[in-house]
Amino acid sequence: MTNALSRALETRDWLLADGATGTNLFNMGLQSGDAPEFWNENEPEKIRTLYRNAVEAGSDLFLTNSFGANASRLKLHDAGHRAYELSKIAAELGREVADAAGREVIVAGSVGPTGEIMGAAGSLGHADAVAMFEETAKGLMDGGADVLWVETISAPEEYKAAAEAFNNIGAPWCGTMSFDTAGRTMMGMTAPAMVEMVEGLPTPPIAFGANCGVGASDLMRTVLGFTATGTKRPLIAKGNAGIPKYVDGHIHYDGTPELMAEYACLARDSGVSIIGGCCGTLPEHLKAMREALETRPRGAAPSLEDISEKLGGFSSDSDGTGEPTKTRERRGRRRS
Amino acid sequence: MSDEEDDIILSELDDEELVQQMFDDLYDGLKEEIEEAVNILLERGWQPYDILTKALVGGMTIVGHDFRDGILFVPEVLLAANAMKGGMHILKPLLAETGAPKQGKMVIGTVKGDIHDIGKNLVSMMMEGAGFEVVDLGINNPVENYLEAIAKEEADILGMSALLTTTMPYMKVVIDTMIAQGIRDDYIVLVGGAPLNEEFGKAIGADAYCRDAAVAVETAKEYISRKHNQMAAG
Repeated sequence: MTNALSRALETRDWLLADGATGTNLFNMGLQSGDAPEFWNENEPEKIRTLYRNAVEAGSDLFLTNSFGANASRLKLHDAGHRAYELSKIAAELGREVADAAGREVIVAGSVGPTGEIMGAAGSLGHADAVAMFEETAKGLMDGGADVLWVETISAPEEYKAAAEAFNNIGAPWCGTMSFDTAGRTMMGMTAPAMVEMVEGLPTPPIAFGANCGVGASDLMRTVLGFTATGTKRPLIAKGNAGIPKYVDGHIHYDGTPELMAEYACLARDSGVSIIGGCCGTLPEHLKAMREALETRPRGAAPSLEDISEKLGGFSSDSDGTGEPTKTRERRGRRRS
Repeated sequence: MSDEEDDIILSELDDEELVQQMFDDLYDGLKEEIEEAVNILLERGWQPYDILTKALVGGMTIVGHDFRDGILFVPEVLLAANAMKGGMHILKPLLAETGAPKQGKMVIGTVKGDIHDIGKNLVSMMMEGAGFEVVDLGINNPVENYLEAIAKEEADILGMSALLTTTMPYMKVVIDTMIAQGIRDDYIVLVGGAPLNEEFGKAIGADAYCRDAAVAVETAKEYISRKHNQMAAG
């Protein structure tokens, strides 16, 4: 194990990851619709500040500003050919900030979804997806990322394509999916099904888990879905700071720093090793999470009741596993 | 799956059984079977409008409900919509020829600054599946695009989608412009997108927030029938 993340996981009980990228950049003046990745080049000091704010709030690991730095997403901004270079700059700026931190801080190269649909109903084939992920991955590793980090994925096909791309360049990686639809991902994957997929990969990740989705309580329910399988692989939890609300013409996430501190401890008590936030998670949330993780004693793994009591109710009745509540009487399928 | 089930011959089913089979085939996203069944019903003298409403829309309603209830997910819905499209492709010219009644027309697009389109595409497909005519403006639409299209297309419904919390407020810009031009009440305005909620829809002056594509269809139907009632009354 030569990568910084595996080393840190060997010696540390938990690692604090970072918070939101988008929410923080918008607070710095990013205009809606602009690709945040252009700031790597045009506003590098703001990107350094984004990273530095996470480090100063206590993050042991932060993600680079490269979520949309793939050919398919950048194409929509007429920059489809710039995935490698924008990813590379994102990682270079990250390396700079991490090396100046005065403690071990891990630079995780963020790889977001292509935004295309894969599988039987989709338009993006496996080979094209692998090529796209590989381009972004190369840029991030050449820029000095310690580890690659694919996130907010909803289709198993896309997760597998990313895994293959990372393996092609021999890079260590992690990967999270977003469970936002009745306990499953948008494409219908449950938490236990993700564990099965991850463990079945020819080159499994260092750690896996969930990010984004619907609020911190739903994310914790997904975590319990992971741990119930008995998986020994390190887990990642990056939940949103509550739910977005529209207040006086702008968007505000209703999760307080106190709530995120509760969430961080619940995640740790459930057995998660890498804990962070996603949308709406600001440095003040991270500070509260760090303090809680350092000062509050480890407790027993929480139940669903504990979670809803401390973090609020869930967005759907079930976690998407088990029999559907209603089944259609079929006349028989003609194709399996 | 027994072999017996592989042997269903569509043309041997009576009308009622065939429509039931079409529900199943839509559910399973079997495009060729849907096309075949549509052609069989046409040969049997069915009106194109009846095939649309009783077979295709009926089947897509089941798909929509199971999507809403978290039983089906996006991949299955996309396949079902694709099968539906196959049937619609045959019916469309015939519907125009026969002067079939229209459900209504929707102009839809993702708002300025937002380049996400999976949700919007799903709504488009489900709306078409429900028999609506849909004009899709694509992504990143400034207010002018919407206003021009709803006027030109004589649309009943304006649908706006946003996936980013930062682009959501732009929906209000569009609605405010409609109010300023005195045309707001000429249209049904529906909004949707992952970060939105009902509260937001109300706050910006939309008629309704639609949680997902299935709800969008139900809401559109409800508002269209209300509009027709109003016209009948007034």
